[in-house]
Amino acid sequence: MAKRNIVLTENLRELGLLIFMVVIAVAIQLRNPAFLRLSNLNSLLTNTAILGILAVGMMLVLVTRGIDLSIGSTIAFSGMVTALTVAGNPGLPPIAAIALGTLVGMAVGMVIGVLVARFDVLPIIATLGMMNVVRGLTYVVSGGRWVSSYQMSNSFKGIATGRTLGINNLIVIAIAVYLVAAWFINHTRTGRQIYAVGSNPEAAGISGIPRRRLIFLVYSIMGGLAGLAGVLWVAKFASAQGDTAVAYELQVIAACILGGVSITGGVGRLTGLLLGTIMFGILANALPLINVSPFWQMAIQGVVVLAAVLTNVMVRRNSERNALRRRAI
Amino acid sequence: MGTTKKSIIMILVLIMAFAPLALFAGGRSEAADAERHAFIFKNTGNPYGEKQMEGFAEGIREQGFEEILRAPDQPTAEAQIQIIEQLMAQRVKSISITGNDFDALQPALTRAMDQGITVLSADSAVNPASRQVHVNQADSEMIGRTLIQAAYDMADGAGEIAILSATSQASNQNLWIEWMQKELAENPSKYADLELVRIAYGDDLRDKSVSETEGLLQSFPDLKVIIAPTTVGIAAAGRVITDRGLIGEVHVTGLGLPSEMAEYIENGACPYMFLWNPIDVGYLTAYAATALMNGDITGAAGDTFSAGRLGNFEVVPAGDGGTEILLGAPFKFEPSNIDEWKDVY
Repeated sequence: MAKRNIVLTENLRELGLLIFMVVIAVAIQLRNPAFLRLSNLNSLLTNTAILGILAVGMMLVLVTRGIDLSIGSTIAFSGMVTALTVAGNPGLPPIAAIALGTLVGMAVGMVIGVLVARFDVLPIIATLGMMNVVRGLTYVVSGGRWVSSYQMSNSFKGIATGRTLGINNLIVIAIAVYLVAAWFINHTRTGRQIYAVGSNPEAAGISGIPRRRLIFLVYSIMGGLAGLAGVLWVAKFASAQGDTAVAYELQVIAACILGGVSITGGVGRLTGLLLGTIMFGILANALPLINVSPFWQMAIQGVVVLAAVLTNVMVRRNSERNALRRRAI
Repeated sequence: MGTTKKSIIMILVLIMAFAPLALFAGGRSEAADAERHAFIFKNTGNPYGEKQMEGFAEGIREQGFEEILRAPDQPTAEAQIQIIEQLMAQRVKSISITGNDFDALQPALTRAMDQGITVLSADSAVNPASRQVHVNQADSEMIGRTLIQAAYDMADGAGEIAILSATSQASNQNLWIEWMQKELAENPSKYADLELVRIAYGDDLRDKSVSETEGLLQSFPDLKVIIAPTTVGIAAAGRVITDRGLIGEVHVTGLGLPSEMAEYIENGACPYMFLWNPIDVGYLTAYAATALMNGDITGAAGDTFSAGRLGNFEVVPAGDGGTEILLGAPFKFEPSNIDEWKDVY
């Protein structure tokens, strides 16, 4: 009963967000008819793919009551290491570049995982520390220089610009990540246990769920996805610089919250996440189209996030009240 | 897990958090007797800034002095003010600064001047009250006018053009854009068919610059030229044009790093673009700083001094009411010369 209630609330909430998105899309379309053109929707999704991939990892971290502030730095670091490797070995197959970047990111994630899971360092502190360490390492390995487009092979840049079955590779990779995540979260024991750890750590511990091992796992996954995103980022923009993706983690966290992931743990669904990410993609894509003053762009983004969170709170409170009322009868 | 162990780990993590700051922002310990000249760039990890600092160091060492090169993590005025205060405590002889804000640095820089420190700005100016002189890459007027002429040339004299800038606050870019608009306004007959349809701001971020470029292409399907007077913006625009197969239909020009733009100049997305030599900007700044300190020049218009391998320079009135020293005309990068420059910077 309670479970069905939660599902219902979430469905209602996501429906609310969906309606909100449709309203915004219509408003934008009225101001600039180019918005819903196929080519624009394609670039909207392409530009949102990296955010979407990162949001999956961040959701797992948030579900365990954690947070990861280091991913912007991890993106820059993995991107820089991969770009330098590609510049030095033009013959490197793209798949090897992707594997390398993912492993670099995963290594960073594992260090965080050890700090949080083994030594009980608060996630916000551990990842804040790693944010600076990894950013510093990025400058060290690059010597402050950038890796530019002409130093990268066409096959490497093709990771982001090429198409599979007529769809841009970035979108294909993001879809693959979501499918794997859906299977992992809903159909594996480990996936379910991650939620158990987040909604009630004590109970999870008592019932024999390996809490520490799971926490180590989610930060490793987050790191791996950030590493993957780093490779995609560099391939997409064809340039690796030390200050790539500074503060990008905040956007990822905001997209998660917009998608209904609870920062207090235990709650988060891929469908909501998808909506939250696309909502962010719409904002990034549409603000240049509707010709608002650059001074307003940030403010508009903030207002939309706040409005969504507010709706979230109200829908949830409403359905809780309804549940209570039913019980009284 | 004991609390002592926990707190040790905590301390280790905090040290980790601040170690890079110490590593990158920390000054080196210099001998106290050598004359030290400081250069503050906008932010760390910018190859353009690295080259400028390299030139400054070369010019200072050539004269037998010692250089201090500093740059904050983030391109903010607050961070630069902190560095200025540290340099004042270190009793440097001169401070050359690439300003992150036109006005906000005035209190800090005035205090430095009151302490007897020579203060000048380079590349990106601070207001005339906060400096003795400004070292400018090239005449802002010349840059603005040249870029519009380039757009005119690429659009064959007619069509829609747009500007993709850095942030809406960037003083450099705003000044160039002002001159672009003046060039258009002052020659109405020549530019009758050239229409500046929008000024977009990519904030010098890759993702935002790409979104803004795509927004321009969607909003103005007949767009002929994008002028991007900023390194990240012009490369992002070149990338989008290349990806979308619009080479030859939409042209990109502006100011960019040869290394970043090599591919797009070679593939035709950007027929040509401009930049000055940042090494020379830094080098000229070094000689201007010592000339001011020695009293060879005072920063008044008409003063002349010699700047090592670059020859003689004259202080001229600047558009903002102060005075400046101009390096020279912007250098044109095109398919015929990009190959020799792409590995330099």
